Amino acid sequence: MEQKNAKGWLYLLPAIAFLGVFMVYPLVDVFVYSFEEGYNSASQTFFGVGLYNYSYVLHDPYFLQALKNTFLLVIITVPLSTGLALLISVGLSSIQKLKDLFQTIYFLPYVTNTLAVGLVFMILFKRTPYTDGLVNLMLHWFGAGPIDFIDGPHWAKMFVLCFYTIWVVMPFKILILTSALASVNQDYYNAARIDGTSRSRIFFRITLPMISPMLFYLIITGFIGAFKAYSDAVAIFGTDLNAAGMNTMVGYVYDMLYGDSGGYPSYASAAAIILFAIVLTITCINLMVSRKHVHY
Amino acid sequence: MNYDAIEVRTRRRERLRKGFTYFCLVIWALMVLFPFYWMLLSSLKSYSAYNSEYVPRFFTLSPTLQNYTDAFTAVPLARYFLNTLIFTLATTAIMLLVITLAAFAFARLNFRGKDLVFTFFLALMMIPTELVVITNFVTITDWNLRNTFPGLILPSVTSVFYIYLLRENFAQIPDELYYAAKVDGTSDFKYLLRVMLPISRPTMVTITILKVIECWNSYVWPRLITDDANYFLVSNGIQEIRENGFGRENIPAMMAAVVVISVPLILLFLLFRKKIMAGVSRGGTKG
Amino acid sequence: MKVVLEHLTKSFPSRNKKVKEPVIAVNDFSFEIPDGELIGLLGPSGCGKSTMLNLICGLQTPTSGKIYFGEDDVTNLPPENRGVGLVFQNYALYPHLTVLQNILFPLQNLKGAARPSKEEMMNKALDAARLVQIERLLERKPSEMSGGQQQRVAIARALVKRPRVLLLDEPLSNLDARLRLQTREEIRRIQRETGITTVFVTHDQEEAMSISDRIVVMKAGLLQQIGKPQEVYDDPVNLFVAKFLGTPPINVFEGEVRNGLLYIGENSVLQAPGAPDRKVWIGVRPEGFLPEQAGPLRCTLSGVEVMGRDISVVASHPACSAAAIRAIISAESAVDPKAETVRFALKPNKVHVFDRESEERLRIELK
Repeated sequence: MEQKNAKGWLYLLPAIAFLGVFMVYPLVDVFVYSFEEGYNSASQTFFGVGLYNYSYVLHDPYFLQALKNTFLLVIITVPLSTGLALLISVGLSSIQKLKDLFQTIYFLPYVTNTLAVGLVFMILFKRTPYTDGLVNLMLHWFGAGPIDFIDGPHWAKMFVLCFYTIWVVMPFKILILTSALASVNQDYYNAARIDGTSRSRIFFRITLPMISPMLFYLIITGFIGAFKAYSDAVAIFGTDLNAAGMNTMVGYVYDMLYGDSGGYPSYASAAAIILFAIVLTITCINLMVSRKHVHY
Repeated sequence: MNYDAIEVRTRRRERLRKGFTYFCLVIWALMVLFPFYWMLLSSLKSYSAYNSEYVPRFFTLSPTLQNYTDAFTAVPLARYFLNTLIFTLATTAIMLLVITLAAFAFARLNFRGKDLVFTFFLALMMIPTELVVITNFVTITDWNLRNTFPGLILPSVTSVFYIYLLRENFAQIPDELYYAAKVDGTSDFKYLLRVMLPISRPTMVTITILKVIECWNSYVWPRLITDDANYFLVSNGIQEIRENGFGRENIPAMMAAVVVISVPLILLFLLFRKKIMAGVSRGGTKG
Repeated sequence: MKVVLEHLTKSFPSRNKKVKEPVIAVNDFSFEIPDGELIGLLGPSGCGKSTMLNLICGLQTPTSGKIYFGEDDVTNLPPENRGVGLVFQNYALYPHLTVLQNILFPLQNLKGAARPSKEEMMNKALDAARLVQIERLLERKPSEMSGGQQQRVAIARALVKRPRVLLLDEPLSNLDARLRLQTREEIRRIQRETGITTVFVTHDQEEAMSISDRIVVMKAGLLQQIGKPQEVYDDPVNLFVAKFLGTPPINVFEGEVRNGLLYIGENSVLQAPGAPDRKVWIGVRPEGFLPEQAGPLRCTLSGVEVMGRDISVVASHPACSAAAIRAIISAESAVDPKAETVRFALKPNKVHVFDRESEERLRIELK
């Protein structure tokens, strides 16, 4: 038995070592950092313990900008992408021909490098002295524009960011919803057809309740994902997000840690903890709402 | 009741609905495909042709591969590629080893404190990477591992979620097989290699593919930990190219680089389409 | 409502890419269901009976042929315009709705002039619930009920719109044995009370025999026989129908007609005056055996099971196509359980003769 005990732990040793060093210790440490005032990363000294880091972060205009951007992004992209994915999935499940082809195409963004394709989006939207870009060309056909989406007004930049974020998150949502729809027993639809149920009633009274657990799962993961947005923004606006006014909360954390404005792990920690307090709160609210609305 | 009229009306409505559905699906398919088309198209236009198009054209009559040559010569794209390959292979391999051992211990071995540790592991699944990245950055810096492969690789060689996924898979293998092997005098380790891993191959493949995708696209950690272009991965490479390579306006060359970076994963996806989609729906949001 | 099927055929394109021939689920099917009858559609699994049901209710449209409800041609009409009620094998109750909401659901689909007021809907739903005796469960969710109760809710939901035709797909297959007996009586009662023409599909012949006014026996998409249960049992048209009906099943022997006599092996068991010589299958119902000291059919005795009123004798005979013969005889008859052999005489009206090749019934007079 003694030997058995040792063996079990031996097999676990690598996992425990890695998780301990890169997960458990940092988790404790990030709280420690966030309360150490005036931490100097070169000398590794600090001169006080308190809430100053939080207060600094909460008064930092860059952080407030990032907070605002992140909330906008969440509020716009989560409902839009989930709704759009739902529509597409319903359409997809109602056809037979070409279904595989569509599914394959829709999944493509999932396997592409966010940074690389973001560059393509930037080019599509960008206005340079040489060209107005493709999107502006299209706007021109409808008599609008030209708008500088990359270096122009904040709402235009926000639009591009939301557009790209939705483009990136759609594959996962379509995939999950399509398989949720496929798992609904066909008999329910047959029963509804025999009763002469209208399409919209079938959708709202049968389909939606039946897939509601998956829908809520997507909304919750969607919220969490959108709060952690960063790469998408970098892909379109470059690494200096503060200058572009398009920073996100995660971006703020990294910028505090490293780069031109870096070297402040305490501020970064405080910002990271604020971010996760928000995410945790929203997730809890989501769970409470879903418990009320998901019936079985 | 006029049955013929009902029949005709139903059929017409059905056809209309079908048409509309296909129309919408095609629109979204175009939305998805267009960026890919545009990057391919731009990468085939010559520098001067691209820049002389004030109104962008949707096709090109004189495609050139010059941009691809530029992508590999003017910037160290091949090096980024090689780095990413090393990073991806090493991370995935080490991770598979670590999680297999751990999953085996949880699924098959009995030792004191197992349930407690497992619960603790599950709790760790909820910790977002963004929260621990700060300390990890400091740790790796303190260990003088910045701009090295170990520094890139080490923090991402464990995944609690994959341990969990694999453990569930291992646990489904009937106990009888294990006892039969014990009677034959097979050691635990041999049993793991000869019986459990082959049976769990589909899950192993799924995990491998998901991890490869994750590694290939990882950006944040490599960006923090490398500032020497010799250690850039493709994501950082593309960012570097964008900000400093080629001179700002050589967009066709940039697009060529983007195409080269995108192709491996798209090929992987087309080859393992069913497996990847099943794997992703079983567990994994992007990032 | 009378239901008439005329030369109904349904074929599906083959799923197997190498075989181009379509799969024919229902093949040139014609019959008429008289108004107000309870019809049992009977056949082994995969014989096309579910396809048949889907054709009648309109979930599928036939490849050729016609379906009439009364005088109306409903062949290509969508299901909601046919006025049918369908009870699914797994009941298909909406899990997120209560019993009452489930029953109300079809009524709430109605539009315009056909749509009853809230009060009327409630009354209709309560009527339906009362009919199937679930009025005390109205606030429950399907997951909180037993299989039998769910079945009743499903029937209530199918009946609430007063359909012209009620269809039930394997209504008893998901219930345990005790509930099955009870529920089939229930279905019978409900059908009687409402007088709605009802078709139910089953693979269980006992179920079909016990409650149907008429049974329709199917095999591989083809109609085998249609008639009152007792008629079909007593007078099967072919070996398949004979074998499919009855528990214990009919005993089948290899046999021969020779010189006006019916032989099983070398035992001449009955007289068949005037019948031409040929090889045949001989089917003997379990109740067709009479134990007799000098009976012509000599079998090896394997066992005797006393079942109260009756005795079941298990025996074997080299010419029998099954390993064991099962005979049901009355308890008064004396069979020595320890004897090695048992001899039977056969009751002519319980013996059916079929052609060896075509397996069609041979109308031979037996004595």
